[in-house]
Amino acid sequence: MNGREPIAHIEGIKHCYGKKLALDSIDLQIPAGCEVGFIGPDGVGKSTLLGLIAGQKKIQTGDIHVLGSSMRSGTHRHDVCSNIAYIPQGLGQNLYATLSVYENVDFFGRLFGYNRDERNERIKRLLKATNLEAFANRPAGQLSGGMKQKLGLCCALIHDPDVLIMDEPTTGVDPLSRRQFWELIKGMRVHHAGMSIIVATAYMEEAEHLDWLVMMEGGRILATGTPPQLKEQTGKTTIEDAYIAMLPEEMRYGHKVFTTPPRIASDDGSAIEAKHLTKKFGDFTAVDDVSFTIPRGEIFGFVGSNGCGKTTTMKMLTGLLHPTHGQATIFGRSVETGSVGLKKRIGYMSQNFSLYGELTVRQNLSMHAHLFDLPKEDVPSRVKEMAEKFNLNDVMDDETESLPLGIRQRLSLAVAAIHRPEILILDEPTSGVDPVARDHFWDLLINLSRGDGVTIFVTTHYMNEAGRCDRVALMSMGHVLACAAPKDLIRARNSNTLEEAFIAYIKDDLAENKTNGMDNEKQTVPFMMKPDRVKKHGRYFDIYRLAALARREAIELFRDPIRLITSFIISPFLLIVFGFGISTDIENIKYSVLDNDQKMLSRDYLNNFSGSRYFSQQKPVHSHFEIDKGFQSGKFNMVIEIPPNFEKDMKRGQRPSVGFWIDGTMPFRAETNKNYAEAVHQTYLIGVADRSPVRMESSSTHVQPRYWYNPMLRSKYSVVPGLLAVVLMLVPAMLTAIGVVREKELGSITNFYSSPMTRLEFLWGKQVPYIVITLITFIILLVVIKFLFHIPFRGSFSALIVGTVLYIITSTGIGLLISTFTRTQIASLVAAFALTLVPSFEFSGLISPASSLVGGAEVFSRIFPARYFVNISVGTFTKAIGFTELAWNFVFLLVAYITIQTLTVLLLKKQEI
Amino acid sequence: MRKLRHIYRLGLKELISFLHDYVLIILVIYCFTVMVIVPSRGTGLQVRNSSVAYVDEDQSPLSRRIINSIQMPFFQTPRAITYHDINQVLDRAEYIFVLHIPSGFQKDLLSGKNPDIRIDVDATAIGHAKLGTTYLTRMINQEIESFLPGIRKADDLPMQVNIRVMYNPNRENSWFMSMVFLTHMITLLAIILPAAALVKEKERGTVEHLLVMPLVPVEIILAKVWANSFIVAMGAMFSLFFAVKWIIGSPIHGSTTLFFFGTVVFLYATTALGVFLATIAKNQPQAGLLSMPIIVPIAILDGGTTPLESMPRFLQIVMKFAPTTHYSELCSRVLFRDAGIGDVWVQFLAIAAIGTVLFAGAMIRFRATFR
Repeated sequence: MNGREPIAHIEGIKHCYGKKLALDSIDLQIPAGCEVGFIGPDGVGKSTLLGLIAGQKKIQTGDIHVLGSSMRSGTHRHDVCSNIAYIPQGLGQNLYATLSVYENVDFFGRLFGYNRDERNERIKRLLKATNLEAFANRPAGQLSGGMKQKLGLCCALIHDPDVLIMDEPTTGVDPLSRRQFWELIKGMRVHHAGMSIIVATAYMEEAEHLDWLVMMEGGRILATGTPPQLKEQTGKTTIEDAYIAMLPEEMRYGHKVFTTPPRIASDDGSAIEAKHLTKKFGDFTAVDDVSFTIPRGEIFGFVGSNGCGKTTTMKMLTGLLHPTHGQATIFGRSVETGSVGLKKRIGYMSQNFSLYGELTVRQNLSMHAHLFDLPKEDVPSRVKEMAEKFNLNDVMDDETESLPLGIRQRLSLAVAAIHRPEILILDEPTSGVDPVARDHFWDLLINLSRGDGVTIFVTTHYMNEAGRCDRVALMSMGHVLACAAPKDLIRARNSNTLEEAFIAYIKDDLAENKTNGMDNEKQTVPFMMKPDRVKKHGRYFDIYRLAALARREAIELFRDPIRLITSFIISPFLLIVFGFGISTDIENIKYSVLDNDQKMLSRDYLNNFSGSRYFSQQKPVHSHFEIDKGFQSGKFNMVIEIPPNFEKDMKRGQRPSVGFWIDGTMPFRAETNKNYAEAVHQTYLIGVADRSPVRMESSSTHVQPRYWYNPMLRSKYSVVPGLLAVVLMLVPAMLTAIGVVREKELGSITNFYSSPMTRLEFLWGKQVPYIVITLITFIILLVVIKFLFHIPFRGSFSALIVGTVLYIITSTGIGLLISTFTRTQIASLVAAFALTLVPSFEFSGLISPASSLVGGAEVFSRIFPARYFVNISVGTFTKAIGFTELAWNFVFLLVAYITIQTLTVLLLKKQEI
Repeated sequence: MRKLRHIYRLGLKELISFLHDYVLIILVIYCFTVMVIVPSRGTGLQVRNSSVAYVDEDQSPLSRRIINSIQMPFFQTPRAITYHDINQVLDRAEYIFVLHIPSGFQKDLLSGKNPDIRIDVDATAIGHAKLGTTYLTRMINQEIESFLPGIRKADDLPMQVNIRVMYNPNRENSWFMSMVFLTHMITLLAIILPAAALVKEKERGTVEHLLVMPLVPVEIILAKVWANSFIVAMGAMFSLFFAVKWIIGSPIHGSTTLFFFGTVVFLYATTALGVFLATIAKNQPQAGLLSMPIIVPIAILDGGTTPLESMPRFLQIVMKFAPTTHYSELCSRVLFRDAGIGDVWVQFLAIAAIGTVLFAGAMIRFRATFR
């Protein structure tokens, strides 16, 4: 186009998701230095193609050359990723919700290695250019959609990319913000003419202003060319019409010039009534004294920029939020009572996609049909009917989360209408839906309204949709600016279109309240600093990038105080509980007697037991049946049975036999119990023997035991230091186990795919803050051990420290390893427990000595690092030893760490598959 | 009726989500098989397979007899080491016991002196040190007594003793431990699965979506409770028959039906606890962290790993409020002692009562969070 080499050559690209073909033999050259738009309805493969060009997704078949070399090559991707910026679909997907605006941009600045002054300078310019300066300290999660998108732009532009790839950047953004966004882009191009912009959009009117368009359908390219060329080809006046003309015949179904048949006014009374609705969140008034009445059967449009209070109003109408003042009634009844009967008459579709992603389309539809109490036999036919009406037949058995945004929205609508509600409350139902489907959908709405008398309350960003409503309310900053039929609004402002009227109303309103960042002055501030300085980055490892990542992770952690505090408290808590709770000293064994003799001698014998601190006597029993019952109900764990004629037989020298019944359910206790019983019995015999003429050979004379390290055999001396291995495994692994998988579920993982950060940097960045936290916890633990358990430290302190550091690195590493192979956060939580709890308790030597483990337990014990740390901890605390004696344990810990780290790096993919 | 249908449908959705996550399925199977079988085979507090080394400076027939008498299942075959290594092997935790038979032991003994065999014990190996020493002492003394003529034998004693260990005559540790680990796994999964699932719905906003439907909180909670209980109960029964009975070979004396119903009541309590945690946690990392100081203590201190009686008084009282303590007692009574409902109704009641308190707590918190 302008004589420059194309920025991207696409050759024979095919891409499948499972069996679904998303892209089919794409060949394309994308010209450099201009604004290129990919247009087409949802699910035609726009996002996939953009992801492939950006190097986000792994190429399956074919090849893509971007900026001179193939994107199949990892080295090339690494080299060019600082020349490409990518903004994924969905508002603020790649932003960090708890970080402030400034911190978000700053993170990307650090990632690309700019020093402090340069970062400050750049961020200042970018925020100024995008009018976000006033909001620099606001968390990104609390921004409106349009502001999020501008912030996304700032983050993408901080490193002066040559190519900017944006996937539906304005979807779900209100018209004013959308207009500002494009002005921003145009303004930026004034200063940086060389920059190439690739954008996917569902708004055809936006496509009109782009330089070069690619029209897509069904994974293929329909046509390419400049907007005038395309319009000329088809003989149409708008891109929207041109696109529809390009479609194959059968796809044009249902598209026609849209008109809303007039409503026949009825006097059925009002369907929805809002009286002075006000909602305050702290100091912030989200909705301020909003009143309106919607008669039955009306289509009522609610229009306003993001964050103006539309959604809050809707939530009050559905009873999800309580108004601070005022009242909302539906069919004359207050919604606050929240009756089930009332809820059945309403269909609601929320702004965020809130269906179950792991269910198929069919499952979602039929579940909702059942939940709305449709008669069981009607459910399949109703599901079928909705599938047909909403054109979902092809995707009925697909998982919902794999569908493109537009189809998911269609499904949400089908779900909202499945129970034939009398009122439909729809929060931006068509954002991101392609034009044909949108018209189709409005057909349905109008049928519902005019045919079945359904009252429809709808918010929208599309002005042509607002134009179709019977009445429209314009909302801004919590209050309604105007509420009338669309043509009356246009007339009142002397404008040509509803959009102009809308903007005029808002500007007036803004002029009154000069407290916002929406002023629409032309920006002349250049976005970027020139010339671009070439930054030196480490290819495989860069300490600044690592620091940037670790810093961001730490800030996120600090913004979540519950998580931060619990991560410090849990370890000491567990140590204290187990330090007191795990004890092997058995005393007070409950026993009962079955004395069939009841003589002096039998009582004398039994007194030996009742006098021992190891036994505690319960009520005596009188039969064998009672013995069984007593064991079963846990009344006692041992019974001593004295035979009849015990005294007589003893005196006659007939050697009566005393019976001991021991509960063997818990073998350790049974064993100890048996030994205690034998010991008491022996003592008795010795006593008897002392009084008799025959001398007994005392039988413990040949063995001289020497108890090392812990002569009093107090279990706490080894249990408490050993427990360090448990708590320093469980908690750190749990802290990091969510790390990677959470970014995957939230979407910020794209930053990892599209920035120069390497796998090691990414992983270590996630690990470092938790290592620091755990080290601080370790100091608390030492204090607890010293002052609460009074366990002296005898060995080499430096050995303990080195061992602990190695062990913590390993345990946080195990958490990260878990988070790379799990697919959901639930799975990683379960894995963090299942893979660390039992091995660290049972296979570490804490409870049964490691040298006595056999079979699978021995194998686990040898590969799991806890055993080596138990040796180090118990060794340095109680055995008074140091590096020399423990040398091998350090080696094993190191080997364990290296293995885990290697596995993690291998399992973590730098591209989306 | 309508409520039941809602609960049923919502629960089905839970099951589908669960089946969707194959990594999670593998983990659950792993919990119910490997984590029951492996630790119960190899570990335990009891002295089994303890490691012994010896220094035989006597090299006499008696010393060899003594060493050969030390055998499985209590001890591993002893290994010879040198005198200088004693310190080192104990330091390195390679052996728990080291026997030292001094030179001239047999000769001294026969000549009527009273020589001693020394046993060096690593007393940090708490489970083994004390009992193991007792066993070793007894074995050595028996061996010496049978070697020396003229010592009084047991049949000369004035009284006989007949010890019968019931239910598990050989005190086979893995039988009991497999049940202990099974209850641990049930506890873990029954708390973490519903907790994480509900927090996930909170994070994604799908709970709000449910609340605008003609559903009431109790239906949403009960659906979570039944679906997750179902998953865990299936796993538990599978594990009981496959891992505990078939692989480990525990003799199940009692009624598995009664065990099943006990498990169902227990799952009601634990899943309610999970839901309760989920109403406190804001995101899934928090859910994980908050559940840890609950799950781990109530599982480990339920009286299965170390006896309840050994714990300090206050902890025993605290543990009375944990459903696991009663469940662990119930399981061991029903499965090993063939207890009937008449013997365990107290446990049933206790678990149900704790469960109901937790359930009410979950309800109150749930309403408070979403209203």
